Order: sequence, then structure tokens, then C-alpha cells
Amino acid sequence: MDYLYFPGCTLYTKAKNFDQTARNCSLLLGFELKELPNWTCCGATFPLATDNLMALLPPARILASAREQGTVLTTLCAVCFNVIKRTNRLFQEDGEKRDKINNFIEKNYQGDLRVVHYLEILKQEVGFPQLKERVKRPLTGLRAAPYYGCMLLRPFEEMEFDDKERPTIFEGFLEALGAKVVEFPYKIECCGSFQSVGSPDVATECAYKILGSAMKNGAEVVVSTCPMCTFNIDHKQSDIKQKYLDFKTIPVLYFTQLLGIAMGLDHRTLGFEQNFVDPLPLLKGKGLV
Amino acid sequence: MKGNGAFVKRAMVIGGGIAGISASLDLGNAGYDVVLVEKLPSIGGRMLQLSETFPTLDCAQCTLTPKTVETGQHPRIKLVTYSEVEGIEGKAGDFSVSIRRKAAYVDWERCTGCGLCQQKCPSKNPSEFDRGMGLGKAIYTLSPQAVPNKPVIDPSHCRYFKEGKCRVCEKICPVKAIDYEQKDRLVEERVGAIVVAVGFDLIPKESFGEYGYGELPDLIDGLAFERLNSASGPTTGEIRRPSDGKVPKEVVFIQCTGSRDPERYMPYCSRVCCMYTAKHARLYKHKVHDGQAYIFYMDIRSTGKGYEEFIQQGMEEEGILYLRGRVSRIFRDGEKLIVWGADTLTGRKVEVSADLVVLATAMTPRKEAKELAKKLGIEADDHGFLTEAERKLRPVETKVEGIYLAGCAQGPKDIADSVAHANAAASKVQALFAKH
Repeated sequence: MDYLYFPGCTLYTKAKNFDQTARNCSLLLGFELKELPNWTCCGATFPLATDNLMALLPPARILASAREQGTVLTTLCAVCFNVIKRTNRLFQEDGEKRDKINNFIEKNYQGDLRVVHYLEILKQEVGFPQLKERVKRPLTGLRAAPYYGCMLLRPFEEMEFDDKERPTIFEGFLEALGAKVVEFPYKIECCGSFQSVGSPDVATECAYKILGSAMKNGAEVVVSTCPMCTFNIDHKQSDIKQKYLDFKTIPVLYFTQLLGIAMGLDHRTLGFEQNFVDPLPLLKGKGLV
Repeated sequence: MKGNGAFVKRAMVIGGGIAGISASLDLGNAGYDVVLVEKLPSIGGRMLQLSETFPTLDCAQCTLTPKTVETGQHPRIKLVTYSEVEGIEGKAGDFSVSIRRKAAYVDWERCTGCGLCQQKCPSKNPSEFDRGMGLGKAIYTLSPQAVPNKPVIDPSHCRYFKEGKCRVCEKICPVKAIDYEQKDRLVEERVGAIVVAVGFDLIPKESFGEYGYGELPDLIDGLAFERLNSASGPTTGEIRRPSDGKVPKEVVFIQCTGSRDPERYMPYCSRVCCMYTAKHARLYKHKVHDGQAYIFYMDIRSTGKGYEEFIQQGMEEEGILYLRGRVSRIFRDGEKLIVWGADTLTGRKVEVSADLVVLATAMTPRKEAKELAKKLGIEADDHGFLTEAERKLRPVETKVEGIYLAGCAQGPKDIADSVAHANAAASKVQALFAKH
């Protein structure tokens, strides 16, 4: 089956490695990501003010345009997923706002699109047992900490993604790849998000706690589903190191990069040059590249 | 059993906790015969699990045991324990109640209550009475002072029932009272009035995902803390945490866990948690002098006689730290439990590294209360609390003449209020009987 795919801005720039590995792996797993034509920014935040519909116009346009092409829309970036899924839900549940937005964007979208995350495709369409069978290079011995962040899960009632306090989809995925899952208490805590712009110290502290907790529990690599989180917990590791002298760096990979390794892709196609902390020494040590 | 048309001046009390006991004693002392039906093997109810009671800090068992003994020996009170009401027919003055007497697998007529069987039983399992902390036997009584002091066998733990081998209790019993072939029996009682005092439960700590779905051993509920602090409990009254038996030096108490939370749990206030949490913290300080107790609260509701003074004493003289705010998450970090909360008075996030966490979980109705209400033809609210005839002026009557409510089955109450409610129910029964 093919899926309409909304990449989002970051996956065309800072997170090309996320985008490319996802596309390549999907082909190996027998489905294709069909990129939505003429897509725009997702809007980046679901409006925090309940009466502000302007911020919903970009995701509404994306949804309306996707519905003209198909019935299922997938994304990778956790922030885009959050914004698009919640906007879709609003179209399903609030007729008044739906009509208002439709009038404004001159569309007639009724909320009848299914918005799924790439991880959900892997779990529900491919199936983790089947994925396990197709793994060419199991990640045996790699201690990986799944970091959900918040956007996939919250608000729980609207996202309906996984158990609100103890999600397991990411763990199931890593186990299917043969990795050793590292449980750590900060796996659903906020990365600091946009605080890294206005109050960088706040974000640095969040990242320090998340990574420190993962390492304390034995992680060798932290796995991310979100370019925003990755920016805070990977790209900002030099800042963390400056502020916290005891801090040791740790590689942060997108889950699709690990999937790529497990599917046997050449490591030169996995975009490690975009990862701030080079994962190659670790992966070489484990015999995975 | 067919009546002869006369108004039966004999009452049934369903539930043998402090409310049921109080109502039974009142009615018995007034000269009426009472049938007291209790689900568990012996009477005493929740109060038997408590260590000390607020606001006087006197021993719960010391105040309760004289009552249970009096009930057990009362010439007018017939105890029907380890039994549940199956069905009810009739009307005030002529109720016919069928009761399922559960198989105890022990002939209580023969049993002398010597306790040898419990000593020798080889099966050990987490004791429900001790909130899963202590070990109980497959043949058990709820406490050494149980009334009646007769054991029952729990087939789900008994080796003979599970594996077909053992029969140690049968061999050891000096009066040959063990009977593995015993079956449930249905008996019928004819009464003129019924007092429903089936008590309460607590929302299980497993309901709280943010607090680890009940899988952190050192995170316990209020009743478990009562057992820890009780001389008859699993630690013989020493405050030792379940995981490793260490004396906790930092204890966090969380009020309103599941209460006053309409979006996720129970919308109502459970009424007793402010007081028993203050009591817990004070009792903890009495036993662990160098320990620190923290209490997270939303408001402090101490509206009984001597209650506010009790809270103030804890704050001012015993150094209990009250933090106004909720706790968002608890997780394990090595040997510690990390508690993330808010102090809304300073507007700061608070992190406490605790050894033990005690949740004041919401009081809920017994899960079988709604079903019982249906059998009785009385009403229950959405949660399962039984509905009184009128909120203010008829707080113990129901819509059905001859059926009255007592204690927490009607809504959360502390001991003093439960007893007052039960006294009122008993006097309503007497008024009904006096009329005919």
C-alpha cells in the first residue's frame, strides 16, 4: 500500500536524514511514501488560543489537499503529526469551525482522512513480528533508549496514540529490530521545545536530564521521533557540555536511521553527517556498520 | 418461609463494619432480634485494619474489639458471616431474604478456634487484609481477635484445592472440623426491616498511570500505611517500607489521589483523607523522629470537632511540611522514588526524593453495591453510593419503607459520622417497629 506523505519543513533541511531513511526503508518494506504536492509548513503549533482559527489554515489546507489524493496521510515529524492530527480531529468534531475554515480556504474537507504516524504503519500495517523477520542485521547488543518526547502522546485524549503514561509502541519497534530497550523515566518528558530559542538554559537543563537519565540506565544511543527533540538533545549537546562539566555525549538517532541499519542499508546512505554526535564509533564497535 | 401476616419485628443488618455493628448493637439492646450478615469471615470491617484513629490517636482495635466481642456474644444478635445476600422479596414488616453462606470448608460447629490449622498450613500468600504486604495462609482468620474466631479456607490458595495434595489442616485439626466437600448453602431469613451498611472501598492504586500503575512497591495506599503502622500488621507496627524493609526517612503523602478530579477519576471529596493523612504523618513522626513527612494537598478540609486543632498541631509542633499542589509523576530512581509536584504557593516545581509514598486514594462504593441496590429495589448514584430518600431531612431512609442506610455505603464518612448515621438508622428501625 502507498501512503500520502507530508514531510514538513525540517525534513527537507536539518532532518534530511530522517526523511531519506524513512523513504528508503519503506520501499524495502513494501510500501511507498507518496509526497503530497505543493505542501506548506504545517503551522508548527496547534493554536493554544481556542478561538484562533488562523493558525489552523495551513494544516487545514494540507488535509484538504491530501483528501483530494487519497484517504490516509502519514508524517514523520512528531510536531507536524501533532498539529495535523489535532486539526483533523477538530474537523471531525466541530462542525462550526470546520465550515468556517472550509469557507475561508474554499474547500469542502469533512475530516474523513486518517492521519497516521510512520511508527503506526510499522506496527499496524507491516506488523512488528513481520518486521522482525525482515531484519537483515539485527541490532543485537545495542542498548537503545526510546525517547517519545511529548508531541506524539499529548494531549492524550486527542492524540490517542498509545498508553498515556506508559507507551510501548517505540519499545516494540526497537525489540523487533533486535535492540535491547533501555527503560528510563524521562522517556515521555518534554525536551524543552522552543524554549531553546528564548530561554536556552531551560532547554539545556531538560536535555541534560533526559540524556543523563538514559545514560544512567545504561543507554548507548537515544532514539528520537522528532526533529525538534533531536535539535535539543543532539545538536545542543555542546551547550550541555559547557554548562554541565560531568556531561558525556551520547549519539541520538532517528528511529528510521536504526531501521535503516537493521534493514541492511549502507551506512553512507543513512545521513550520519547530520547527526551532531557521530554514532559511527558506537555502531562500528557493535559490528553494525 | 411464609409469614402469618404479622409485622415481623426482627431486623437485618447487611455489613459488619463499625456502622453495621453500631446499628446491630442499638437494635439488640433495644430488645429486637438482629441478623447481621457479613461478607468476610469475621466482623469489624475497615476499622479493624486501622492503626490509630483521629483526632484522639487512640488505638482502633482497642476501641473496636469490645464492640465486636459484644456483638458476637449478644443474645439478640445472630452473626451470619462469610455470607452474601442473594435476593430479597417482600415489604416492610415482611422481608424474606435469601443468603448465600459461602463454603468455609471448615465445620464451624465443631471448630474451637484453636488456630493450629493456621499455624501448620504450608501455603503462604500475600494477605489481602494487610493490603498485599504481609503473608497470609490459605486457611485463615482475619485477625487473632476475629469474631467469630473461625477460619475459612481460600481454595484459590489452598494446595489441596489447587494440586490435590496436602490436607495438612485436616490431619492437624483435633476436632476433625475440616470439610473439603463443603458447598455453598442458601439460607432464608425473615425480617421486618433492613439496614444496609456495606461500607466502602478505595480506588486501586493501579489506576494511576502517572504514579506507576501500582507497580512501585514503596508506593502504597492509606489503608496499607494503616497496616504498616499497626501492631497486628506485617511489620508489627514498625514503619518499614515494603521493598527492602528499611525505615523510610523521607515520606511523601498525597491527598486527593483520585478525589476531586472529575475529568479522570472521582468528582467528589472523600472527606476523610485530610484527617487521616495528617494522622499518618504525625504517627510516622512519632515513630521515626528524624524522618521528614511531606503532604501534598489541594485544600485542607478539617471540619469536625477537634479536627483543625489536630492538623495545626501536626504543622506547628511536629514539623510536617505541607505543600499546596498536585503531584504529576512518580518514578523509581535506584532505591528512591522521585516525586514531581508543584508548590502553588511559591509557584515552583518541587522534586522530592522519597523512600515511601502514601496515596490518599479516593473512597469508592463497594463494587457490588449497585447490584445489591437493584436487589433491594433502592437507588444508587452513578458511582454506586446508595441514595437516601432526601438529602438533608431524610439521610438514613431510602425510597423503600423498611430499608435504611448506614455508614459509607451512602457516601464517604469518618468513623464518628458513620456511627452517628448507624445510630440514626437503628432508631428509624425502632420507630418503625414501635408503630406496628
